[in-house]
Amino acid sequence: MLARRILLRLVQAVPTLIGVAVLVFVLVRVVPGDPVAMMIPPGASADDVARLHALYGLDKPILTQFAIWAKQAAVGNFGISITSREGVAGLIASRLPATLELVALAATIAIVLGVALAAIGTRFAGRSGEAAVDAVSGFALAVPDFVWGLGFIVLFGVIWPILPISGRADPTHALDLATNFTLTESVLRLRLALAGEVLSHMVMPATALALPLAAMIARVLKSSLAEQMAQDYVLLARVKGFSRWHVILREALRNAALPTVSLTGVQVTFLVGGTVLIERIFSYPGIGNLAIDAVINRDLPLIQGLILTFAALFILINLALDLSYAALDPRLRHG
Amino acid sequence: MRNWRVLVGGALLLALLIAAVFAPALAPYDPLDQDLGAQLVAPDWHFAAVGHFLGTDSLGRDLLSRLIWGSRVALTVALVAGTLTALLGTLLGLAAGFFGGAVDVLISRAVDVWSSFPPVLLSIILVALLGTGLWSVVVAIVVIDWTRFCRVVRAETLKQERMDYVAAAVVAGLPPRVILWREVLPNLLPLTLVLLTLEMGIAVVVEAILSFVGLSISSDVPSWGGMIAEGRTVVHEAPWILSGAMLVLLATVLGFNLLGDGLKAELDPVLR
Repeated sequence: MLARRILLRLVQAVPTLIGVAVLVFVLVRVVPGDPVAMMIPPGASADDVARLHALYGLDKPILTQFAIWAKQAAVGNFGISITSREGVAGLIASRLPATLELVALAATIAIVLGVALAAIGTRFAGRSGEAAVDAVSGFALAVPDFVWGLGFIVLFGVIWPILPISGRADPTHALDLATNFTLTESVLRLRLALAGEVLSHMVMPATALALPLAAMIARVLKSSLAEQMAQDYVLLARVKGFSRWHVILREALRNAALPTVSLTGVQVTFLVGGTVLIERIFSYPGIGNLAIDAVINRDLPLIQGLILTFAALFILINLALDLSYAALDPRLRHG
Repeated sequence: MRNWRVLVGGALLLALLIAAVFAPALAPYDPLDQDLGAQLVAPDWHFAAVGHFLGTDSLGRDLLSRLIWGSRVALTVALVAGTLTALLGTLLGLAAGFFGGAVDVLISRAVDVWSSFPPVLLSIILVALLGTGLWSVVVAIVVIDWTRFCRVVRAETLKQERMDYVAAAVVAGLPPRVILWREVLPNLLPLTLVLLTLEMGIAVVVEAILSFVGLSISSDVPSWGGMIAEGRTVVHEAPWILSGAMLVLLATVLGFNLLGDGLKAELDPVLR
């Protein structure tokens, strides 16, 4: 049942991806500017430029170019990056794990922090504790992740230098790992020193990404919790002698969770989008940083591959989200 | 106005406006003047006739002067992009709410699809397509953020339409066009003003972000994002470059946010 639903959704995603591919393909080709301009050495003749165009197939009509690209893409070949001369698929595959781990860590921080803030605000409702939670989440929301990232660099990288401000691990020693899921693999192999080192590189970018989302979660969850706290079952639990914390965390939270889950799901998409900038600020080797370089260098094959990757990520996130609704709300499971 | 948020936000933005308008008079140095004998000079917190109050960058340019001149870029984008976004979004929202039917379905669907894309990623892609420059940044902001206005204005238009004064105007025989412009629109203005204030803050950040990654205004014009980019590369040698530009950007964003939130509370009779 579940497997069939996942399969169905994946099949439905294919036309969307093809649509994105066509759109991107046309858009990047109608804009002005020569994609091979960066590769032309000074003093090259018009003949050399034409040969370069022919080499990359840029002299053919757009439709023919798309047909060639689509045929290759279907077998996993997304062309060759113009700037690095490496395969686009391989390049993206080697950078994607870093971004996925960053998003996962950021989402975890946002959820833990957001739920904690909402629970504290609910526990001290109507008192100064709630006002403090509102002030903290208001400030976290008003400051964009870009500014959070820069502020962390100044505070914890320079003024009180306790954390590294760029990269993913100390570049002076070899990591000696089989995959690029550096954090996950080092934890699984119980190489905790390495895991700690990778984590110390990731904690600032992940927290900068997480703070605005944590504030949103805190606000939405706190208002749903307030609704639940007025219900009879809460009063009953209190009369039976359960503590406020117990009632909030063990009884009300589950019933209040649904609006927050749907908000978080939508926002995780934005978290993935936010990595583009945060990776840039922290020189973090993920696909976001790669995307900015690709745009600056007008590296068409790479831009196409990256936009498709982002689109595929968004589709997968939405799929995971739908499934988690079903897990949370029994009514949706048999719909 | 007893609202402290309006006062603080307004004061911050007034300072920004003064800096931008009177930049030539206020800046102690020419923001482009290089002094290769005074590279990465640390801030000098004495009000001396000579010297660099906020220090210099790696080309020996005075940072205070560059911050003051950079406010022109920030304010230009805030005003132009903010206003255009408000116009486009409000008009489409009004149309969707007032005409309903197919127009509403079309516009609402566009809003849903549009706002499901992450804005930072979309703006970088858009500027990549349009070419770099300040006007591309403005276009990108308008194209991405009109949905913020459209969504809210549509909902508010639907609410206003059900009010007695609109029914009275219909009974009085006013044509729909007149009801829309003379009766409904004025009631939407306070809300639009609040959204516009918040949007200007967003526009300033987006411009700084795109300058930071090198996709906005050319690097010989002083901009906060450009200073942040330079400050990031020399953050260990000269942390004051990044800190100064970041704090000015932060103050501006908080200014717009405080003013927007304060205005919302002031203009909403229920909240007041």
